[in-house]
Amino acid sequence: MVTIFGKPLLLLYGQLTLGLVNGAFYALLSLGLAVIFGLLNVINFAHGALFMLGAFVAWGLLTYLGIGYWAALIVAPCVVGLFGVALERVLIKRLRGLDHLYGLLLTFGCALVIEGLMRNEFGSSGVAYDIPHALKGPLNLGFMVLPLYRAWVVIAATGMCLATWLLIEKTRLGATLRAATENAPLVQAFGVDVPRLVTLTYGAGVALAAFAGVLAAPMNSVNPNMGSNLIVVVFATVVIGGMGSILGSIVTGFGLGIIEGLTKVYYPEGSAAVVYVVMVIVLLLRPAGLFGRAA
Amino acid sequence: MADKLLQVRGLNAWYGESHILQGVDLDVAEGEVVTLLGRNGAGKTTTLKSIMGLVGRRAGSVQFRGGETIALRSDLIARAGIALCPEERGIFASLSVFENLMLPPVVAPGGLDVPTLYELFPNLKERSRSQGTRLSGGEQQMLAIARILRTGARLLLLDEPTEGLAPVIVQQIGRTIRAIKQRGFTVLLVEQNFHFAATVADRHYVMEHGTIVDMIRNADLANAMDKLHDYLGV
Repeated sequence: MVTIFGKPLLLLYGQLTLGLVNGAFYALLSLGLAVIFGLLNVINFAHGALFMLGAFVAWGLLTYLGIGYWAALIVAPCVVGLFGVALERVLIKRLRGLDHLYGLLLTFGCALVIEGLMRNEFGSSGVAYDIPHALKGPLNLGFMVLPLYRAWVVIAATGMCLATWLLIEKTRLGATLRAATENAPLVQAFGVDVPRLVTLTYGAGVALAAFAGVLAAPMNSVNPNMGSNLIVVVFATVVIGGMGSILGSIVTGFGLGIIEGLTKVYYPEGSAAVVYVVMVIVLLLRPAGLFGRAA
Repeated sequence: MADKLLQVRGLNAWYGESHILQGVDLDVAEGEVVTLLGRNGAGKTTTLKSIMGLVGRRAGSVQFRGGETIALRSDLIARAGIALCPEERGIFASLSVFENLMLPPVVAPGGLDVPTLYELFPNLKERSRSQGTRLSGGEQQMLAIARILRTGARLLLLDEPTEGLAPVIVQQIGRTIRAIKQRGFTVLLVEQNFHFAATVADRHYVMEHGTIVDMIRNADLANAMDKLHDYLGV
């Protein structure tokens, strides 16, 4: 059997792909967080709950309306994004100009309420969502066999990250968004409706979380805790990548997933802690994060 | 004065508890270049920001083309046709020179198009792909002026465009202001350097302690030199 540093190659491949899949979720979620933090200065603790809502909306679409996975990939983020728009307009907007802490507390409270309501309705074990037919089964790559759905998650997440990055870095709208992140009052004084931009940005960040939620739905059970389990690592990703950095979120997300996977192979006891060890090291050496600009 | 474009009456503005503007009255006619002179802290920058709706609290009357703007949000004031070139220039580090140039939305027809702007400011064309803040101070100032000329705004508020720049750049900015006046733009200019102001302006307002204390026509400037030295303490 082929081994690397005394571990079977197939085990290594397996954990690497699992790491990539986890990394895809870290990247998608921290990307939304970064966009929201950049413009709104709000640390969106409701992000995990909105990710979970994305998965439940996909389940609801299938169960009650017979709308399948592919349509849900588009419809669920729109539905949850609209919910985010309402959340921003009704609640978060009122905290503008106040300390970070207020936004953090408000969104944390929202997360608890949303998760509590869902737990009350569906219980902790949640519901099952089937892998769509076209993505069932294994994919034989020659050197390893990969569940097709995992490959799809990595591809879809990478594509969505790339599209978001292009939108922000290469378009007129993205330039306005970047400028407003730097100096919102001046951008508004040029005639841009910044409050509307803020609302739409929050909605878009939330829609990204919901998109990740739909991708996650067929992987384990769709349950009310699926977001809160993930969100702590996602916050670590944002901190390591640099608060508000788009590229930082994407690269760090995938990187952390891979590091986690490798740790599972070589030192399984440390796999739950490795992300935080990385975070401590990065914060000691580069307090603004890997891609962050020092304030 | 015919064709009053901007009429400010009893303008008051506050930053937090400090009462900065205490009843500013001024008029700017269509096509004029008017300066605000005064010492540091007299309220010149705050006057421009208040006209643009960028201070926390303001009161009084700011009429633009006869319409009251005192209660409007800054984006709606911009849409009415007023544009600000701020003192700190406000070039965005995360945008390229071209993106900086294209950032302000067009609010009315009649702005300059990009080829014309590149003709006026050739440096911007050469460096259009650079990061905005990599430009020299003079080039950043050109960019800050160029981007508001694109929007079709008719009243341009320029806050100390010559501050900290080399004499040759100051001359270029002077030529630019005269060129845009010829094209019919109206300019309200904050200046510390009245020698420069005298080369571009039709009239000068003098500010002290948050109010206008005097108005001097550029033609009378030579006779008013002693008075002006007193006002400005130079």
